[in-house]
Amino acid sequence: MIEVKGLIKTYGNKRAVDGITFTVKRGEILGFLGPNGAGKSTTMKMITGFIRPDAGTASVGGIDVTVDPVGVKRQLGYLPESAPAYPEMTVEEFLRFIAEIRGFRDTVEKRARVEHVLGLTHLTSVRTQTIETLSKGYKQRVGFAQALIHNPPALVLDEPTDGLDPNQKNEVRTLIRSMAAEKAVILSTHILEEVEAICTRVIIIASGRIVADETPAALRARQPGARLDEIFRILTT
Amino acid sequence: MSQIRPLFKREFLGYFRSPVAYVFLIAFLVISVSLAFSRYGNFFKAGTASLETYFLFFPWLFMFIVPAVGMRLWSEEKRSGTVELLFTLPVTTLEAVLGKFLAGWAFLTLAVLLSFPMALTVAFLGDPDWGIIASTYLGAILMAGAYLGVCALTSALTKNQVISFVLSLAACAMLVFLGLSSFTATLESFLPVGVADVVSNFSFVTHFDAFTKGIIDPKNVAFFLSLIGFTLFLNVVALER
Repeated sequence: MIEVKGLIKTYGNKRAVDGITFTVKRGEILGFLGPNGAGKSTTMKMITGFIRPDAGTASVGGIDVTVDPVGVKRQLGYLPESAPAYPEMTVEEFLRFIAEIRGFRDTVEKRARVEHVLGLTHLTSVRTQTIETLSKGYKQRVGFAQALIHNPPALVLDEPTDGLDPNQKNEVRTLIRSMAAEKAVILSTHILEEVEAICTRVIIIASGRIVADETPAALRARQPGARLDEIFRILTT
Repeated sequence: MSQIRPLFKREFLGYFRSPVAYVFLIAFLVISVSLAFSRYGNFFKAGTASLETYFLFFPWLFMFIVPAVGMRLWSEEKRSGTVELLFTLPVTTLEAVLGKFLAGWAFLTLAVLLSFPMALTVAFLGDPDWGIIASTYLGAILMAGAYLGVCALTSALTKNQVISFVLSLAACAMLVFLGLSSFTATLESFLPVGVADVVSNFSFVTHFDAFTKGIIDPKNVAFFLSLIGFTLFLNVVALER
């Protein structure tokens, strides 16, 4: 579903992403791990067509992002880091705007989409609140709702559980797991238990390169008995 | 292009979701009307039933007031990170630029049209030439669009709204001053007269003046429209770089 081939991005004289290649199939949840500044977000921004790669390409559902970025954007649900949203809009207004721009112009259909994601992400109680008045957990869920509104075949989530309390984290993980069967999901995270909890595969990147691409079980088997963060530290330093 | 509508709607209503719109509309109307009634405008002393003294200040007023509308168009999106959301939705850069610009322009048009009590006042006091009033409104709206094009462009260059405002103000000031005779005289002192003429032709004042006299010259309409087109083109380029 998502195919990434030799992505390269350079900022000044620093190579942020240095030839990253992988594929994600339907039904897979790929955990994208790496220290801060390793190039996780940059890679995700290139897959979603927000920034252009210097070389290499990514395709979603067979559409090449360097050829038809809007086509890729139609197929993708993307939750950017820290879930940006228009602060002066209410949750409902914001989701209606997203639904409209995602092509749901018919009033009945639009309302149905918005109601569906409001329920899915448990936002019904704050639907008439402006986004600037929401707590971080709720804001994150608005970002989630926005990414899911068109039921996309591919999801890219940049730190979806960042800033949530343990219960909310659990809720988000359950949600991701429940949708994973018919979607290809990439999620980036700092939390190693999260990878074990929901990911079917894990990629670790350091300084813009892939240093591990395997199942969480295989990652653990690298050093039996060692803690995951120990293995992570050895791989990324 | 069908994506322009939701973008336009969000942006236009966005003005009214915060106090910005109300503060702006009230300030604009209070300042513009008081300038007309001030001793610089001489609305009453002029002794004619026309809005000439009201619209006289528009090029100057727009110089400050349009950057206030335009500065947030892109700077705010960049600062709050929503630009990443916007450009990962299925919209092209051109659609986003047009949606935002048209929303800002519609808002400015609303501000200009809200001055209609001034027109009613002159109609009450005398017998104004409605043709001239209509052409003046058309000119003011076109000029507002040209100012806004410049401001949208400078806004796309920075995520800092203050920088955006100052840049816009400077650019707009240039476009006004170009038409002043003292400024043209300075230009002529070191440029060939022909070149100085061409440069001063870019002034908003010269092009707007004709409208206030009731002349809708295609040249002036084309000037404002092509300036809008050009700045929007640069706007797309600035965002895609």
